[in-house]
Amino acid sequence: MAASTSDTAVLAKRGRNRRKPRVGRPWLITIEVLVPVILVATWWTASADSANPFFPPLSTIVERFQQLWLFAHFASDVLPSLGNLLAGFAIGGVVGIALGVVLGIGKVLSGLFAPVINFWRAIPPVALVPIFVALLGFGNEVRILTIALASVFPTLISTLDGLRALDPQLRDVCRMYGLTRRERLLNVYLPAASPRIASGLQVSLQTAFVVMIASEMLGSSYGIGALTLLAQQTFATSDMWAGIILLGVLGYVLNLLFNVIRDRVLQWYVRSQKIGKEM
Amino acid sequence: MGSQMDSARDAFGDGQPAGEIPRLSVRSLSKSYGTGDGAVTIIENLTFDVARGEIVCVVGPSGVGKTTLLKCLSGLQSVTSGEALIDGRRIDGPPREMALVFQEYNRSLMPWLTVRKNVRLPLRHLGLEKIDEDFRIEQALTAVGLDQAVNKYAWQLSGGMQQRVAIARALAYQPEVLVMDEPFASVDAQTRFELEDLTLRIREQFNMTIVVVTHDIDEAVYLSNRVVVLGHRPAAVTKILDIDIPSPRNQITTRARADFAELRTEILSLIQAGKAATTSIPTQPS
Repeated sequence: MAASTSDTAVLAKRGRNRRKPRVGRPWLITIEVLVPVILVATWWTASADSANPFFPPLSTIVERFQQLWLFAHFASDVLPSLGNLLAGFAIGGVVGIALGVVLGIGKVLSGLFAPVINFWRAIPPVALVPIFVALLGFGNEVRILTIALASVFPTLISTLDGLRALDPQLRDVCRMYGLTRRERLLNVYLPAASPRIASGLQVSLQTAFVVMIASEMLGSSYGIGALTLLAQQTFATSDMWAGIILLGVLGYVLNLLFNVIRDRVLQWYVRSQKIGKEM
Repeated sequence: MGSQMDSARDAFGDGQPAGEIPRLSVRSLSKSYGTGDGAVTIIENLTFDVARGEIVCVVGPSGVGKTTLLKCLSGLQSVTSGEALIDGRRIDGPPREMALVFQEYNRSLMPWLTVRKNVRLPLRHLGLEKIDEDFRIEQALTAVGLDQAVNKYAWQLSGGMQQRVAIARALAYQPEVLVMDEPFASVDAQTRFELEDLTLRIREQFNMTIVVVTHDIDEAVYLSNRVVVLGHRPAAVTKILDIDIPSPRNQITTRARADFAELRTEILSLIQAGKAATTSIPTQPS
């Protein structure tokens, strides 16, 4: 729900100057719940008598979903996938922030590495998977490494942006009161950049998710991605659809969790933005 | 040029007891940006002193270079020539004895910290005892009347309250010199009066030397022992006026005095004359 409230807040901000009557919050929530329900219901009825092998009835898909994921393959496939995702994302996030700080504070360094970073960010992370597999093999570590590498860049770039966008007056405050380098970094620069860093982490999480699936589609025998691909190749379309639905649900839940944690950690930001809007 | 130099030299000895090193001293200070033909001179050959325990206001029209002067004075910017001294020592970086209150409170406070933590931030590296630190924070917040809002965030407070937090942060740092850059420019008139009186109280309570840069002539007269008038650009001292209005001052009675009106008229004419000189076709100096 946090995802939707912050999204609607952004919309409200955009529409602030237009003379549009604001839709009440209960309405928004109702619509938000209603639309997916209608879509699922439509799918359910439209596919009920489907004989098309690629579009099996939703009821069959749900049945297979239950059999596959609740909870036969949960421990053997879902948990390893999520483990890889979280490990890769954690490594990527930490490295991204650390590199962003190093490059964002040293102007010379950031100048030197700007072309390299811009080159790397231009490569779709999924495209790196085959290289890693070729170089390092099919091990689980390779998957984590690939996820980590892919999720470094969004965080790195947003950390850099956040540090560069620092209000020069805050820098003056730091100098005037003789704050140490450590204090400046930990108590001023990083908190000031934290909303942007959070946006970067969110993109990193989405990237990590995509790369997690992609990494399992190459040479892996377990994991959600591997199982879904296997289902597709063996014409088990219901299983394939079940896998796709699971991925959708997981992606949605992860993003939701991220938003909840972000809004808690950056409470000051969320609340100060709201006050700014009311004024 | 010649007349500017003269007025600067006159200013030099003004209001300064013989034999005592002034707390703050600005000597032939010039600041320009860029080099060669593209160089823009913001401050030219500025000289004035601030004695211990004085409140001095630097007043001048917008865009005259007041903020640049403050940045040079506080060591945040380097000077092109001349120097600024604190207790006779050359200022080449922010001195420990000085605190600065910025004009835009909403950009100088940390929105992720509560009022108390904002005030505490500059104290952490001083290595104070916990009890001493707590005392300073409490004393500063009480002095500005914010002892009830310590756990709020700055953005939950009104503009005037936020500027009080910034002032409290400066007070807790216990500077000998408090420099303020148009500190009350973005608060409403009523709050401005309150904050002006707060500034006067702080001087008494903490025995500080205070320099306030402002474009508000009434405020300058009301607060100051002396007013430094910057007439035109590049900023140079047009005149230094002693304000002999007795203390304690009062927003109603002080502002109603005849000499208050005379002083504000005099400063206004000086500024207007300076503006006219800047905007009209430059005449040859005699």
